[in-house]
Amino acid sequence: MDNQNKLAFDGGWQYAPAPESTDHITIDGQYGLFIGGDFVAPESGKYFESINPATEEVLSSVASASSADVDSAVKAARKAYNGPWSKMKAAERGKYIYRIARILQERAREFATIESLDGGKPIRESRDIDIPLAAAHFFYYAGWADKLEYAFPGKRPVSLGVAGQIIPWNFPLLMAAWKIAPALACGNTVVLKPAETTPLTALKLAEVVRDAGLPDGVVNIITGAGETGAAIVNHDDVDKVAFTGSTGVGRIIQRALAGTNKKYTLELGGKAANVIFADAAIDQAVEGIVNGIFFNQGHVCCAGSRLIVQESVADEVVQKLKDRMETLIVGDPLDKNTDIGAINSASQLETIESYLRLGQEEGAEMHQSSRDIPTTGYWCRPTIFTGVSQSNRIVQEEIFGPVLAIQTFRTLDEGLSKANNTPYGLSGGVWTDKGSKIFKMTQKIRAGVIWANTFNKFDPTSPFGGYKESGVGREGGMHGLGAYLRLEG
Amino acid sequence: MTLTVVPDSSLLPDLSKVSQVDEVGVNERAARFQTRSIKKESKIEALHMILSMIDLTTLEGQDTSGKVSQLCQKAIHLHNTLPNLPHVAAVCVYPTMVGVAKKALGDHKINVASVATAFPSGMAPRHIKLEETRLAVEEGADEIDMVISRGAFLQGEYGLVFDEIAAVKEACGEAHLKVILETGELGTLDRVRRASVLAMHAGADFIKTSTGKIQPAATLPVTLVMLQAIRDYFYDTGRMVGMKPAGGISTAKLAVHYLVMLRETLGNAWMTPEWYRFGASSLANDVLMQLQKQATGVYQSADYFSKD
Repeated sequence: MDNQNKLAFDGGWQYAPAPESTDHITIDGQYGLFIGGDFVAPESGKYFESINPATEEVLSSVASASSADVDSAVKAARKAYNGPWSKMKAAERGKYIYRIARILQERAREFATIESLDGGKPIRESRDIDIPLAAAHFFYYAGWADKLEYAFPGKRPVSLGVAGQIIPWNFPLLMAAWKIAPALACGNTVVLKPAETTPLTALKLAEVVRDAGLPDGVVNIITGAGETGAAIVNHDDVDKVAFTGSTGVGRIIQRALAGTNKKYTLELGGKAANVIFADAAIDQAVEGIVNGIFFNQGHVCCAGSRLIVQESVADEVVQKLKDRMETLIVGDPLDKNTDIGAINSASQLETIESYLRLGQEEGAEMHQSSRDIPTTGYWCRPTIFTGVSQSNRIVQEEIFGPVLAIQTFRTLDEGLSKANNTPYGLSGGVWTDKGSKIFKMTQKIRAGVIWANTFNKFDPTSPFGGYKESGVGREGGMHGLGAYLRLEG
Repeated sequence: MTLTVVPDSSLLPDLSKVSQVDEVGVNERAARFQTRSIKKESKIEALHMILSMIDLTTLEGQDTSGKVSQLCQKAIHLHNTLPNLPHVAAVCVYPTMVGVAKKALGDHKINVASVATAFPSGMAPRHIKLEETRLAVEEGADEIDMVISRGAFLQGEYGLVFDEIAAVKEACGEAHLKVILETGELGTLDRVRRASVLAMHAGADFIKTSTGKIQPAATLPVTLVMLQAIRDYFYDTGRMVGMKPAGGISTAKLAVHYLVMLRETLGNAWMTPEWYRFGASSLANDVLMQLQKQATGVYQSADYFSKD
């Protein structure tokens, strides 16, 4: 259906720029490694730059940790574990975590601004979602610190020791919170490595940890690229590895850990189906599609990157989605009105663009919003593909960008089969006005998180994790405690 | 674009087929509009636009000719110390005051809108509603704001409500018809959506949320549902229908959020007084206060702005 009754969203009344100010933040020119309670220079003397993906300007340079640095970080963590931390009363441990949560809340504006500068995500999201949710995770797990026996009745929960944690660039501070909060609450100490392109909020978190007065070495934050991560994973004195990132790297880690005593959780890729039935509230479903795929530029492992829509409403949904895309503002991440920020890095932009070419070569029809995008920095217009087949690579592979593949289905069984026909199983969405259909679908979609009539909602109390190639283990909620404990007796 | 043919109830669509509304999702989307930050020149432009879209309203039992005349003066001279202000779109009064308003407005291009059809309850026989409508039009009303029979609608007597709107539309002649759904009495957003569809098919030129006599009156979520109904009707028919939220919008800031919602739901074509109105009595002065602040950098007390 190509409707000639078109709405016009260009021209007319425009929103003036409303940028968040950067006067209130400080970013040092250079950051060392946070080991044993202090920032120290890397053994190699090597540093690398972190840039603002919206402007390509250098924000700071950060230390590149070698395996010797990893070793001293693990030693510091072990010393802190053997020393004060594992012997401390659990309620005391909880107090420190509460303190981190409160300082994060107090400094929320600063963290949000730095998160958007370093990673390219819109300030609206870092301000309203990333930072508040990160604080909420610390609050939530702080409460568990002295109540662990109640989480596992009849068992004696024992901390593991040193946790090595490697986090991605899409939600830098939030992922650090997901990892550090439960680890500390369960009595472990940590060595955390933020992603190469987004180290700044993790380093700022190191300041918070110091200001909160945590004993030296309980939290160590070291920066570096893949080799640094590998050194953490392979270190003999690490008891637990927590990784969030690509399925490819996850496989390497799992292989490296096979046959060792280390516990691990892997949070990997996804290619979630967002299934829309004809009886759904269509306008709200369209919003759900937008939140599902365009949130954080689509750099979301649980993004609803496959839309599977019942054929009788497919034309209507696509038409409304196209109109809605015209109202999405792509641009300066610090502008409070920006809906879609910058792509995180040049290499990620290249990956996304290669999929855009691939999709067209595969015969799908590509549609992008017609709005202007900035000329410097890394940008991608919100994009949808129609006329795609299950066998197309843009349907099967994770693109990790604002790119949606749209398929149609006729019967519930067909929709379900399409939803499950993927090597991934991280998340899914179901949209229908009928409760029975929700239950039927949510029981049969093989994914860790399934949303009904909403999408991309997160809460510290809710576990998160994948099936199949989307990973192993659960983070968040009570389930998240189990990943950092050994249960005895 | 006013409908020239009066619809008959064979045009009444099957309202059970109207798209469902999910209240949680609507509230979320409505809240999102309020996170837009409208500053500087875009704010000033919005404030001017809001003034030009106001139906300056007085609908009190104690209204007098004097009060209505004064209100008309206010409509013409919003605040003469501020240069280049637009005038409001219309003055909205009871039928008995239409003549007074028409005279007071003289040659100014400000419409006179009259409520009719036993406003605000709508509890009168149809022939009286039609008679009242005709009287208001004869007195010079350019626009008629009618109320639907909520009782009939809630009982599922859709055909009856449809016919009544169509009959009032016919009685309006050249006058534009705004159909008040009184969403505060409809109970659910699903019913708001269905009533919107019904009213548009029956010939409404505008759909309007509320009389202002019932709480809640206009809200962002209710208005969003009606805008989405207008958009779907436009997709299907190509006919534009106007929107008028009324009651409860008394601050400039909130009115700007309504404009944001309008812009991002229906687009630019609707952003004129021809297609969008605010039904309000105290909104104008808050907008003026904001404009004064933009001009001088300081807020003035309410005493510096004429009430009517």
